[in-house]
Amino acid sequence: MAKRDPIYGVMAEFDSAQALVDAARTTHEAGYKKIDAYSPFPIDGLAEEIGFHHDEVPLVVLIGGIVGGLSGYLMQWWISVVDYPLNIGGKPYHSWPAFIVITFEMTILFAGISAVFGMLALNGLPMPYHPVFNVPRFSSASKDRFFLIVFSSDKKYDAVETRKFLEALAPRSVSEVPS
Amino acid sequence: MPEQYKAATDLDRAPVIEPGHTFGTVTEKISAIVLTRPASNGWFIGFGICFMATMMLLYALGYLFLKGIGIWGVTIPIGWGFAIVNFVWWIGIGHAGTLISAILLLLRQSWRNSINRFAEAMTLFAVACAGIFPAVHVGRPWLAYWLFPYPNTMRVWPQFRSPLMWDVFAVSTYATISALFWFIGLIPDLATLRDRTENPVLKVIYGMLSFGWRGSARHWHRYETAYLLLAGLATPLVLSVHTVVSFDFAIGIVPGWHTTIFPPYFVAGAIYSGFAMVLMLAIPIRKIYGLEDFITERHLQNSAKVMLATGLIVAYGYGIEAFMGWYGGDRYDAFTLWNRLHGPYAPWYLSLLACNIFIPQVLWIRRLRTSPVALFFISGVILTGMWLERFIIVVVSLHRDFLNSSWGMYYPTRWDFMTFFGTIGMFLMLMFLFLRILPAISIFEMRTLLPEAEVKE
Repeated sequence: MAKRDPIYGVMAEFDSAQALVDAARTTHEAGYKKIDAYSPFPIDGLAEEIGFHHDEVPLVVLIGGIVGGLSGYLMQWWISVVDYPLNIGGKPYHSWPAFIVITFEMTILFAGISAVFGMLALNGLPMPYHPVFNVPRFSSASKDRFFLIVFSSDKKYDAVETRKFLEALAPRSVSEVPS
Repeated sequence: MPEQYKAATDLDRAPVIEPGHTFGTVTEKISAIVLTRPASNGWFIGFGICFMATMMLLYALGYLFLKGIGIWGVTIPIGWGFAIVNFVWWIGIGHAGTLISAILLLLRQSWRNSINRFAEAMTLFAVACAGIFPAVHVGRPWLAYWLFPYPNTMRVWPQFRSPLMWDVFAVSTYATISALFWFIGLIPDLATLRDRTENPVLKVIYGMLSFGWRGSARHWHRYETAYLLLAGLATPLVLSVHTVVSFDFAIGIVPGWHTTIFPPYFVAGAIYSGFAMVLMLAIPIRKIYGLEDFITERHLQNSAKVMLATGLIVAYGYGIEAFMGWYGGDRYDAFTLWNRLHGPYAPWYLSLLACNIFIPQVLWIRRLRTSPVALFFISGVILTGMWLERFIIVVVSLHRDFLNSSWGMYYPTRWDFMTFFGTIGMFLMLMFLFLRILPAISIFEMRTLLPEAEVKE
């Protein structure tokens, strides 16, 4: 097993959403690429500031919806035409207008399930343990504080220099995150 | 501008949260409802009463399983008595929750953020109550799973040309999507509770339920995308659910059912009764837990306006039904209209018109739209009216159809009433539990409404 870096990263704490967005922009522009930001609510544009541009959730949902719709329709067709044809009031076996409702419902069902589970999977959740929770003050990240982290895996990371850099951004506090 | 109009527009522009709150106070205030130990005596008394009503429901259902649906008042020609009336009533109530959480989100109505969480919970619990009825009404409830298409040794499959099958898919999809929507909305707030509670056991439970949410910007981005897409999917879904419920009637040939106005007027009626239930829950909750800062007069007034608008659509539906009965030239349709007004159930039809159309018109008065007490009672009247509407549609249409040799009357038994009031007890019991276990207002969405959440580029 590869030896893990004992330090996961260095983390700065900010008072406001504005301060976090500004700090994230400065840090990313300074050449730090492996960074992340934590906030108690979604902040518009924050993900872009830390260099996140490819959100695959819509694609997952689209695929889920197409699979759901096709399987819904094909299931009804196969059951009603191939496996168990019944004459209901002289209607054709392949009575497609009657199949639309269930096709629609299956589309929504599969797309919705894909949205939720796709989002969780892409986010790597559930993950009950994570190194950032080692910082005692991080419990405020779900209340009223904003955090920015530079991971130790970043090429430009240096225990002393990065800390100095973050301290220059006027945070409330800076702490090392043990992994 | 005259004084009274100015006051009205001021309320429309009033902030959704009373001024003076910060991220911290919003968080503390909402999570305190859950984290304060022990619960108040009032909570235990309310919960106890509802729990007993739930036991009554289980007793009624247990006896039903033993004896069969002969214990109910259903018989030929009225094979669809209370069970279907209650099913449609409950599922309609659920619709307001999805409307608030999904449609108002897409329409950027940020005031919804204070009421969407418990409205979604209301949806789930209402759908749970609704689901009981068709399942036990099939006669052999232990075989209700035959409704689903699954490979079986009998080598039979369901029949997909029947609207009852569509209903199975619509309602089960609706229940699944509502549960998912509600749950992903809860994830960040469960993380808040994890970080706020001092009880180590609760910390682990909330931590596990929150999936280890840590509020990363990447996570929030995907989260918001998924949430928005889910809202976009739930919007046509909720409209389709009551449409499909109305197909259960409209596809049939029974006079009083066979009409094309049913889908839109069922959906409007669903939202009408749903908002009435939202208000009946929100008004006591905001009072008891001191949430007037978050659920403000503006919320009450907006909900009242939605009820007024959907109530008028319902009135239009009744009007068209009556007009078509008279103008359509079908003697059976004309008789249905006559029978509603002059037959043995006429008092019920007239009460329906009073509850659903005439009394709610007082909502045009602004003072009543902002008065919690008045709204509470008007909502009760509307809920009663919407139950009566389903009673009229189900029972009065069936009891006198084409052949007068097959006419009959419907007399519900005590088991019908026990089952119905039992589901109300179960619904309220689940609401009581929800209030104490999970945050009743979405904390993270409330934070986004505060002025300090704004970020300039």
